Amino acid sequence: MKFSKDHEWVTVDGTIATIGISDHAQGQLGDVVFVELPKVGRVVKAHESVATVESVKAASEVYVPVSGEVVAVNAELAGDPALVNRAPESDGWFMKVKLSNAGELAELMDKAAYDKFVG
Amino acid sequence: MDQTALKRTPLYDLHVALGAKMVPFAGYDMPVQYPSGILAEHKWTRENAGLFEVSHMGQCSIVGPNFESVARAMEMIVPADILSLKPGQQRYSQLLNIQGGISDDLMITHSNWEGLEGSLYVVVNASRKGFDFAHIEENLPPGLTFKRYDNLALMALQGPKAEEALAKLNAGVKALAFMNSGRFDLAGIAAHVSRSGYTGEDGFEISVAGTDAAELWNKLLSDPLVRPIGLGARDSLRLEAGLCLYGHDIDRTTSPIEAQLQWSIAKRRRADGGFIGSHRVQRELLGGVSRKRVGVKPDGRAPARDGTEIQDESGRKIGVITSGGFGPSVNGPVAMGYVETAYAVAGTPVSLIVRGQAMPAQVCTLPFIPNRFKK
Repeated sequence: MKFSKDHEWVTVDGTIATIGISDHAQGQLGDVVFVELPKVGRVVKAHESVATVESVKAASEVYVPVSGEVVAVNAELAGDPALVNRAPESDGWFMKVKLSNAGELAELMDKAAYDKFVG
Repeated sequence: MDQTALKRTPLYDLHVALGAKMVPFAGYDMPVQYPSGILAEHKWTRENAGLFEVSHMGQCSIVGPNFESVARAMEMIVPADILSLKPGQQRYSQLLNIQGGISDDLMITHSNWEGLEGSLYVVVNASRKGFDFAHIEENLPPGLTFKRYDNLALMALQGPKAEEALAKLNAGVKALAFMNSGRFDLAGIAAHVSRSGYTGEDGFEISVAGTDAAELWNKLLSDPLVRPIGLGARDSLRLEAGLCLYGHDIDRTTSPIEAQLQWSIAKRRRADGGFIGSHRVQRELLGGVSRKRVGVKPDGRAPARDGTEIQDESGRKIGVITSGGFGPSVNGPVAMGYVETAYAVAGTPVSLIVRGQAMPAQVCTLPFIPNRFKK
């Protein structure tokens, strides 16, 4: 699992990247009550805002860390947005993106570097 | 804001020890939530008893030779009926500017404290206390004095179990009626207790010496019915209860009539006027207003926040959301805002423009959750 400075995580299986927000990020947001996800088929660029997480207090943007085409989104989050709090780095994933530039993965941090980044 | 410039309330260290997330609010470093989170804190308050520290709010008194002179002075700057307040009785009102806009909203109590009988005890918003205190003081006629209480702490105990919890410290509080107050000894601590709050639930607001605050806070929290609640849940609770937040739902441009607060203006005051801003209030009571504060219920799950544009079905802008978020007890998004008067009818379909998309919603009556004040 790799992490971005915007607090998203990425795992890669072949050319498909699964993306979510980090445990640290969900802790900062607090109780998640709504997640707006991109449409499947949308072509996204790295660092673009593609989703919104709403907590009781505020809305926060989610920046996709890699470029490509959105091929799936997590439908579970519509009925159970708190999954982002309970399982941020597994069942609470946001979207899957078919990578168009695998080289972008090199810019991401590993877990040790990310843990150091968030202090 | 420069973190080092933030002021601390008497209970700051206790909030930090409880694991609170501290945020800047009106110049103070305040707990927005504790580790259990806003949803759990909100629901706990609706079902049990939540304890809030609100010492950042402004507490003051107006003292004079007799109650009538003090009440008449206050009636110059607020539209509420102050003269008829009985000792201990409390009323909600607003400070108005000369244009009839709201400078702040406040709670005014006819004091029955020993040594302060006949005075008015007033609580104002933290964000406005600098303005309010100066405004009240400069409008006082000769012979009256203004006292600010910077060394008092204020906490609120709110929820259906608040009475049960506070009665363990002094059973006398059970006899307090809604919007009434008195001096109580709470397990050895001298406190001014009023039956009031900002959650839509039964509850109390408790003013004590700052030096006694930690002891009372810990005593109340030692009761399993009571948990600490942060400003995050305070906001979602008051929004569901349909209560205004100054700077959002009311401000210096909105009048009490537009804000649908005419219930807080007694018949005598409407007829006689004679308070700052009375021209607009009287004109609007007779001739109506062009916009009104209403509840707005989004049809979907996405919250609409403060500042969200409200459109009619043809896409014309008809208003704006002034408070919006997720209502944990409603279990869905809730909001309030201002719309043109023609649209201020429950059930009117409107659109909310969230991230460029028109989201269906309906105008609704407030509150979202029925008030459960002590009868």
